[in-house]
Amino acid sequence: MPCKITVENLQAWYYNKIILNGITLPVQANEVTAIIGPSGCGKSTLIRCLNRMHELTPGARVAGRVMLDHKDIYNGSNPVETRRKVGMVFQAPNIFPTMSIYKNVAVGLSLNGHRNKTHLAARVELSLQQVGLWNEVKDRLHQDASGLSSGQLQRLCIARVLAVDPEVLLMDEPCSSLDPIATIKIEELLRELRQNYTVLLVTHNMQQAARVSDFTAYIDQGNLIEYGSTPEVFIRPRDSRTENYITGRGY
Amino acid sequence: MERFYQIDLRKIWDWLMVGLCALSTFALLAILFCVLGYIALQGISGLSMDFFTKMPVPVGLSGGGAAHAVAGSLVMVGLACILGVPWGVAVGVFLAEYEGSRLGDAVRFTADVLTGMPSITAGIFIYTLVVVEMQSFSALAGGLALSIVIMPVVARNTEEILRLIPRSMREAALALGIPEWRVILHIVLPTAARGIGIGVTLALAGIAGDPVPLFFTALNNHYWSLNITQPMASLPMEIFRYATAPFAAGHKLAWTGSIALIGLVIIPMLAARILMPGYKIRR
Repeated sequence: MPCKITVENLQAWYYNKIILNGITLPVQANEVTAIIGPSGCGKSTLIRCLNRMHELTPGARVAGRVMLDHKDIYNGSNPVETRRKVGMVFQAPNIFPTMSIYKNVAVGLSLNGHRNKTHLAARVELSLQQVGLWNEVKDRLHQDASGLSSGQLQRLCIARVLAVDPEVLLMDEPCSSLDPIATIKIEELLRELRQNYTVLLVTHNMQQAARVSDFTAYIDQGNLIEYGSTPEVFIRPRDSRTENYITGRGY
Repeated sequence: MERFYQIDLRKIWDWLMVGLCALSTFALLAILFCVLGYIALQGISGLSMDFFTKMPVPVGLSGGGAAHAVAGSLVMVGLACILGVPWGVAVGVFLAEYEGSRLGDAVRFTADVLTGMPSITAGIFIYTLVVVEMQSFSALAGGLALSIVIMPVVARNTEEILRLIPRSMREAALALGIPEWRVILHIVLPTAARGIGIGVTLALAGIAGDPVPLFFTALNNHYWSLNITQPMASLPMEIFRYATAPFAAGHKLAWTGSIALIGLVIIPMLAARILMPGYKIRR
């Protein structure tokens, strides 16, 4: 199976505190890989290292290699280019409040020098259709987004990322601020998106990982404890720590 | 019984403290209305288009205005705005976006010191730097002195407003692969525009009525002049001159000048609040 991203002995620090203790992890192309683990285990830091967002935090440092299509994103790559290929969706919808719905989706292109209006409009429509939002917002594209529900806002944020045409999607607990119905919509969306994108999903919700992902990685205290296909990890975990975490026993 | 007694005491304290806060607020409002009311009472009768369009007339004649002072104030505050606002906003962006550096801390401290510095020092500084060199008092020097007064105020205010913009918004933009300078220019600054704009109008209000930096720089001019290389009149300087002149007509012009000055300050403030793109920062 082809690997889209290979993480090799990745270490990450905030100032002198080590967050990731050398993680090695393959990420399969066109699959959903879930990253689970207790709070503060480093799972958010891990995915923030994959599009070089980690280094934007003061005191942050990284060592090791992250190979995207066999090319190290930390060695001789431009972080801005990397982020266009590896998009990111955050915990809470973070739209740009001064922009209309249309501009929110188009901004990744328009601020990167795409001026062709018909091309932009087509990308915006396509992205909104991909996240199932087009019919809900097509009549109010040029109004601000304040009237949307948080589930719609989160899908708008996903559309905004898709508009840039990335290859990988990093999702940092994308449903943690949503109600169950909005969550289900995002999960269905994730199942569809993996046909065209490689998806990494950080989640606290074990059922979500089990429902959505093809592969699961369990991380604890900055170490990768277990990695395997999702049924394997959930039904027959090899490590007792994984089992304890998944079953909620005596962690 | 003991408990009821305690609850009563708590309520009494509550009323007392709320009452004190209300009293302070009313005292402030009363002073504000007294000042504004008195100025209006004294000056409103002289307020007409003539004040803004006509020059002062010789002592003994009736009518006339202070068009030269209104125009002078607009020119010099405008100059201060053109020079000081982009400069201050740029410093504010540096302080907010590149935090944690030694240089940033030094700049912040300097800005705070400059904010607290008496404005006459800005006048003396420009006097030695510009007026002595040009061998003439000038509106340009006046505008420069005023810009030095507002720059640190605008810078620190811009920094504070930019810090209120959620980090998540910057991250969202950066994660789209937008270069940092574009994120700051096209996303962070427009979101903060309203707060920065209101801060700018407050800073402008401070300099519009301040004659002190102008004593050594623009000086004053009793005649109509829009030449920025020459001395220029301004409302605060002319208010001072009229108010200390021994003529009733002059006193009246001074009062009307005060109203004009308040208008000059309040109109941009209201405009910023009403017209600026409205993102009210929620915390």
